[in-house]
Amino acid sequence: MSDPVLDISNLSKSFGALRATDDVSLTLMPGEIHAIIGPNGAGKSTLIKQICGNLRSDAGRVHLMGRDVSSFSTQARANAGLARTFQISELAMEDSVLENVVLGAIGAEARPWRFWRKALDTPALVERADAALDRVGLQGARDVICANLSHGQRRQLEVAVALTLAPKAFVMDEPMAGLGAEGSKTLTGFLDSLRDEAPILLVEHDMDAVFALADRISVLVYGKIIATGTVDDIRSSAVVRDAYLGEEA
Amino acid sequence: MRLKETYLNAAVLLGLLAVPLFALVTDEPFTITLVTRAVILALAAVGLNIALGIGGLVSFGHAVFFGLGGYAMGILAHHAQTYTAMDFGAFSIAGTKVMPVIWVVAVTLCALVALLIGLLSLRTSGVYFIMITLAFGQMFFYFAISWAQYGGEDGLSIYVRNDFPGLNTLVPIQYFGICFVLLALALLLFHRLQNAPFGLALNAARQTAARVETVGLTPMHLKLVAFVISGVITGLAGALFADLNRFVSPSMFSWQLSGELIVLIIIGGVGRLMGPVIGACVFVALEHLLGGLTVYWHIYLGLILLSIVLFARGGVIGLLTGKEGAHV
Repeated sequence: MSDPVLDISNLSKSFGALRATDDVSLTLMPGEIHAIIGPNGAGKSTLIKQICGNLRSDAGRVHLMGRDVSSFSTQARANAGLARTFQISELAMEDSVLENVVLGAIGAEARPWRFWRKALDTPALVERADAALDRVGLQGARDVICANLSHGQRRQLEVAVALTLAPKAFVMDEPMAGLGAEGSKTLTGFLDSLRDEAPILLVEHDMDAVFALADRISVLVYGKIIATGTVDDIRSSAVVRDAYLGEEA
Repeated sequence: MRLKETYLNAAVLLGLLAVPLFALVTDEPFTITLVTRAVILALAAVGLNIALGIGGLVSFGHAVFFGLGGYAMGILAHHAQTYTAMDFGAFSIAGTKVMPVIWVVAVTLCALVALLIGLLSLRTSGVYFIMITLAFGQMFFYFAISWAQYGGEDGLSIYVRNDFPGLNTLVPIQYFGICFVLLALALLLFHRLQNAPFGLALNAARQTAARVETVGLTPMHLKLVAFVISGVITGLAGALFADLNRFVSPSMFSWQLSGELIVLIIIGGVGRLMGPVIGACVFVALEHLLGGLTVYWHIYLGLILLSIVLFARGGVIGLLTGKEGAHV
């Protein structure tokens, strides 16, 4: 068996008496989509922040490609190959779509200290950006100001920026949030094709998407992982049904 | 009517050149000095516009750099004109009346101070950043007042304007030329920097720090470098301003001046290339035209500022081009 791309072991985080993350361990294998599901308030966002370095963990370690990145800042983890997308779009709203993706390219090359040459006239940056826009199908909106994009296009742009980083692993926080049925379907198809590039740790509420995409699913309830398994395992698990899925499944 | 911003920019620059040349022909040296004053204030505000307009850093202490530039000139020229040396115990430094040398000293000094102030104040943001930069401004202001060796509250007078190799700086049009060229260079730098990878990243950091971190860049580093470049340009303007008046005083460090620089940018257009230039022209024109009628001319400046903040967030440029400015 190959080594995990992302290896999370025994992560914990408390806010006062509340144990938001309680001894969470999980792995992300090459070529895999590993979904994390759980009811609201289960600690999914906290877990993502800990993995991406926005929140310091009380205990536990994060390894990326075998390298211990537990003490790394968000920036350092991004440079090490971790690409995050946000639940609520974090984009430069006054800038064009192209500029947003070029920002990713600047970050990927880790060289923002260029003061003279136009970013949008720098072939290396623009080519990388265009390739990402092509992948997500946003090429047509290249020059649109981000604030004028539809909600669905913003979701696509989030993924495009992550793509420019050519990451080792994606961490996606509810990429389907707010998308209609049609949009969800398109993005599901796209994420399906993305797993060969880098595995995806997917936090998602849209169960259709999760069941269609995930190789493995972990169920997070009150900060604890109560079950990890294949789609069929999770669907048939009595524990999960009680804790979370209810009558839906 | 919607103007293209490029044409507007060209028109403003040409106007800024044409007025003093016309004044030269009609022999009105005072007008030339007036325009020179606008050019220097514009230069100071172009500096601030890098921090404020692109980086979103509302520095209420940019007078620190304006004053440092001024005092660098004042102190060096003071020693030169009194034939004394600055005594540092182990070594001493002679004064100088050569502008380029003074500029290098002013720029270096401002870079160091901006680095220090930036390192401390960029740990905060929003209203705390405004307050901490204001506090630094006040520290320098009161230090200058108490520094009796260099005039204290009264400031320093320089008898003759400093020299620029090959030019007679006492001729108003020649001194205007020096200031105008420096302003043009600063505008060129602003323009290139704004569109370069650095400017793109800094501009994004103003809008969403989380995004910038997620692509692997550090907003604090971007802002710190912007703050230093910004302080350096404002400091150079301070040295020129002192030379224009042949006088330096603690008022160059005052919070009113920091505020005026912000006002200039808001009037012209935040984050716009020519915003500070238009703002400075409006400011100096009002000061001169209304200042002759009433000492309370700031009331009218306030009214203009009020209507721009309420009705035209993009400043004069935004009004003319129909595009809003950067949100800070």
